[in-house]
Amino acid sequence: MSLLEFESVTLKFGGLTAVDNLSFGVQEGEVFAIVGPNGAGKSTVFNLISRFYDPYAGAIRFDGHDLLRVKPSAVAAYGVARTFQNIELFEHATVLQNLLVGRHRHRKTNLFSEILFTPAARKQEIENREMVEEIIDFLDLQAFRDKMISGLPYGVRKVVEVARALATDPKLLLLDEPASGLSVEETSDMRWWIDDIRRQMGITVLMVEHDMGLVSGVSDRVLAMADGAKLALGTPAEVQSHPAVVEAYLGKAS
Amino acid sequence: MRIVFKTDYMQDIRPWKDGYQLSLYLILLAIVTAAPWWLDDFYLGELTNVLIWAIAGLGLMILTGHTGQASLGHAAFLAVGCYANVVLIEAGVPFLLAFPVAGLLTGIVGATVAIPALRLHGIYLAIFTLALSVLMDDIIVLAEPITGGVAGKYLGGVEIFGHLVDRWATPAPFFWLVLAVAVVVTLGYINLLRAPLGRSFIAVRDSEVSAQAMGVDIARTKTISFALSCAVTGLAGALMGMFAGAFNNETFSVVISIQLLMMIVIGGLGSIHGAFLGAIVIGFLPQFLSISKEYAAAIFGGNTVAIPGLEFGIFGMILIAFILFEPMGLYGRWLKIRTWFELFPFYRKDMFKRQKSYLKTERLR
Repeated sequence: MSLLEFESVTLKFGGLTAVDNLSFGVQEGEVFAIVGPNGAGKSTVFNLISRFYDPYAGAIRFDGHDLLRVKPSAVAAYGVARTFQNIELFEHATVLQNLLVGRHRHRKTNLFSEILFTPAARKQEIENREMVEEIIDFLDLQAFRDKMISGLPYGVRKVVEVARALATDPKLLLLDEPASGLSVEETSDMRWWIDDIRRQMGITVLMVEHDMGLVSGVSDRVLAMADGAKLALGTPAEVQSHPAVVEAYLGKAS
Repeated sequence: MRIVFKTDYMQDIRPWKDGYQLSLYLILLAIVTAAPWWLDDFYLGELTNVLIWAIAGLGLMILTGHTGQASLGHAAFLAVGCYANVVLIEAGVPFLLAFPVAGLLTGIVGATVAIPALRLHGIYLAIFTLALSVLMDDIIVLAEPITGGVAGKYLGGVEIFGHLVDRWATPAPFFWLVLAVAVVVTLGYINLLRAPLGRSFIAVRDSEVSAQAMGVDIARTKTISFALSCAVTGLAGALMGMFAGAFNNETFSVVISIQLLMMIVIGGLGSIHGAFLGAIVIGFLPQFLSISKEYAAAIFGGNTVAIPGLEFGIFGMILIAFILFEPMGLYGRWLKIRTWFELFPFYRKDMFKRQKSYLKTERLR
C-alpha cells in the first residue's frame, strides 16, 4: 500500500479546474517528484495534502488515515511536513526558535506546566534541543543558530525551511521547489541533502521542482502534470521522453 | 563584547544569558523593592501606577506583541477584572482569593470573546475589540445592581493576613503587592516564551499557514492567547481599581484602551522589556508635561492653565515619531545603543534594518 494516495482528486475554483481527476501513490522510502509547466496544479496538490483546500471530489489517504476528515493542523500530527514555494518562516524569531516550532507536534506539556516551567517542561525542552541540534548539524546551520530569520540570505532561509520541516520528525516530507532561487552550488548541496534525507533518515520525499537536473538526479519516480491532470508517471527518463510531456513543454510539431 | 560559550542546553533554556546579566536584574529588583525607603509617597504612588500599567501592558503584549492580534478593547478587560475583584471582596471573599479569581474570570470572558474574534484579522479585529470597549461602558451602566452603575463603586484598603493594604493609608505594602504581581506575571511570561506555547504564539504571529503546517492549531492557540492576555489584564484592572479607589463606567474608557496599545508600541512590540519601558513613558509623561509647562511658563511668561488635549497631542506625536523612526520601540532603540557599545567601533548603520520580505502569494487569508 502506498504511504500517500491520491484517488481521483478533483479541485475546482469556480469554473477553473485546478486539479482534474488526479490519482497517484507515493511509495514508502522513495523520492517522488512532480513536474509540470506553471499553473499545472503542482503546488495545489501540496495545499490539498496540507488541507488548505477541500477537494471537490476524490480521496486523499496518508498512512491509512483519511486526510479529508481531519483539521489542517492534524495533518502534521500524522507525520507530514512541508516547505513552501515562497518561504514561510517565522521572520521575527531565531533559526533555533523556528526549528523548535517544528517540534510542536511532540508537545507533551500543557499551559500550566509551561508557565511554571516544571521539570517535565525542562526535560522536554532539552529533548527538543537535542533533536534540533542534530538537524542543525545535518544541514550545516550552526553559524546561523541564534540569528533572526529577517536578516538571513535567501539560500539560507531555504535550508532553514527544510530544517524546520525535518524537525517535526516526519514520515513524509513535502518540498515545494526546494531549488528555486538557489545557486548551482546550493542546488547540488540540496541534491545530496535530499538523498541523505531519504537514505539516512528513511523519510519519504515528495517534491515539486522545475530543475530537471535535480529531479532526474534524486527522484525514483516522476509525475508530470499539465492543467491539473496527469500526463505521465514513471522514471525520470521515461517521463522526460514521453510524447505528451514533450508536447506540454515544447508544443506540437507542426 | 561578552561572548558566552554554550556548553550545555540549559544555558539556552534558562532565561538569563550568564551570571552577570542575572545579577544586574537582581540588583534592579532589589533597588525597586527598596523604593519605599528612597522615594516619597507621591513618587511611590507614581511608581506603583507605572507598575500597574506595566502589568496591563504585559497582558496586551501577549496578544498583540507575541500573537499578532491587535486589540483596541483591553480597557474592557481591565474593567471586568476590576469589578470582579470588588464584587468578590464585597461578598466577603478574602482578597488573596478574590484577586486571582478576578483574573481567572477575566480570562474566561476573554476566551469567550475570542471565539467570534478568531475569524478577524488586523484592522477588522481592532474594530471589533474597539466596539467591545465602547460596549463595556454601557454594560457597566446597565448592570447597575452589580457594578453600581454611573455612581460607581469604592474600594478602600484590603486585608492580607491581617495587614491593611491601602493605596493612601499604607502606600508601601500596596507597592509591594503590585511589585509582587508584576514579578510573578513577568516570570510566568518568560517561562511561556521559552516553552512550546509561547513559540506557537510567535509562529501564529509571523505566518499562520506555516504554523498550521507545523501542527499548531491556530484557533486553539489564539483562544489561549486571548484568555491569558485577558487574565493578566484583569489582574492589572483589579489593581487599578484599588489604586484609583473610586471608579465608575467612565474610568475604563476607550481612551485607556488606546493608551494601552500606544504604550506597548512605544515600548517595543514583542518584548517583555517593551511593556515596562512603555509604562514608564505613559506613567511619567503627564507629570513630566506639567513640570515642563511650569518651566516654560517661568521662562516665556504666561499662565500655567491646563491646555485641554495637550497630553494627548503629545502622546500622538510621540507615537507617530516612533512608528516612523523606531518601529521596534524603546526596547529596539536600547538594543541598538547596546550593540553600538558592544561592537564599538564596528557598528554598521544598517545592522538592524529590516529586509523587504518576499512576495506572499500563498497567503490564504
